Amino acid sequence: MKSYRRRLSAILGLGWLLAALGPPLIGVPAGASWAARPLVRVAAAAEPPGETALSPSLPEGRSAATRVPEAIVHEVASQLRCVVCQNLSVADSPSEMANQMREIVRQRLAAGETPEQVIRYFVDRYGEWILLSPAPHGLNLLVWIAPALAVLVGLAIVASLIRRWTRPAHPAPAQPVDAALRERVRQELGQRR
Amino acid sequence: MWKWLIPLSVVPVVGLLAYGFRTDPRAIPSPLVGRPAADFALRTFDGNAVRLREHRGKVVVINFWASWCHPACYDEAPALERSWRAYRDREVVVIGVAIQDRDDASRKFISDFSLSFPNAPDPGGRVSVEYGVYGVPETYFIDRQGRIRLKHAGAVSDDLFKRQVEQLLEEAA
Repeated sequence: MKSYRRRLSAILGLGWLLAALGPPLIGVPAGASWAARPLVRVAAAAEPPGETALSPSLPEGRSAATRVPEAIVHEVASQLRCVVCQNLSVADSPSEMANQMREIVRQRLAAGETPEQVIRYFVDRYGEWILLSPAPHGLNLLVWIAPALAVLVGLAIVASLIRRWTRPAHPAPAQPVDAALRERVRQELGQRR
Repeated sequence: MWKWLIPLSVVPVVGLLAYGFRTDPRAIPSPLVGRPAADFALRTFDGNAVRLREHRGKVVVINFWASWCHPACYDEAPALERSWRAYRDREVVVIGVAIQDRDDASRKFISDFSLSFPNAPDPGGRVSVEYGVYGVPETYFIDRQGRIRLKHAGAVSDDLFKRQVEQLLEEAA
């Protein structure tokens, strides 16, 4: 029973550690997917011929004429979740949707928006779900605190187990010796001398 | 202490699992519901212009789809066409927007289902991003005042279309 409990405790300790460290290591599925999506990019040459007479993605009166450093586009895109991917940012995803979103980021930055305004644009349309790192407020704090808490609990369980397993065994408590037996031992020892 | 620690450790894990399994992964709330629908102008596959602003005062249903979206888009296409035919004379407009699709595949899809409501591609994905689309099919129901009243993720059925449109038609313009 004791051995079973020890094993269970060890598993739980490791479980807590994995719960804390697992998601970043194995990748957490991002968002919903309810229809099969193409994994290959739609070739640029196959772009539909239709045109938007009005581009709703750019603020009115602004044009995307300025050239924006790719590093800034990457910095903004890396904070946004690719909506059709699993745990990938818009910067890292090769999907067509991410490609389109990167282009929108580029255009809005070129039109004079700050990185914060561009991110706000996406949050306004997708909600905070679009952010790869949720803002640390309200219930979101759980996401930031829970992993650290799980690590602490896991470490405490493991440390406690290690201390138990490495503790020297207690010597057996001395049994009361019968007075007659003690006297007999004393006499025998005396005779030998 | 150990006697209680082990069962107590399981509680948050079980709670997390229970929450995860009970949550619909498609039900990501849209911040756009209740807000004015963004205006857009697209050119349909037939070469006609379609602009949302021109339909102010009518109930507008915008459906985002793709020919590779199987089976959901294939399930809802006949229902959308039926509903469009049933409501087209009652100031209801249906606009289909094909996203991340090849032109020939989109045209074949429209032809296969004999879709008669305006359908247009979304070059650059601008309209889909403007509407916070993160998958297909997604459908937006817009009231006469031009506000988004519902975002539906997944296939639209005849019943859902009727229920939503009837409700919006009953409201005063």
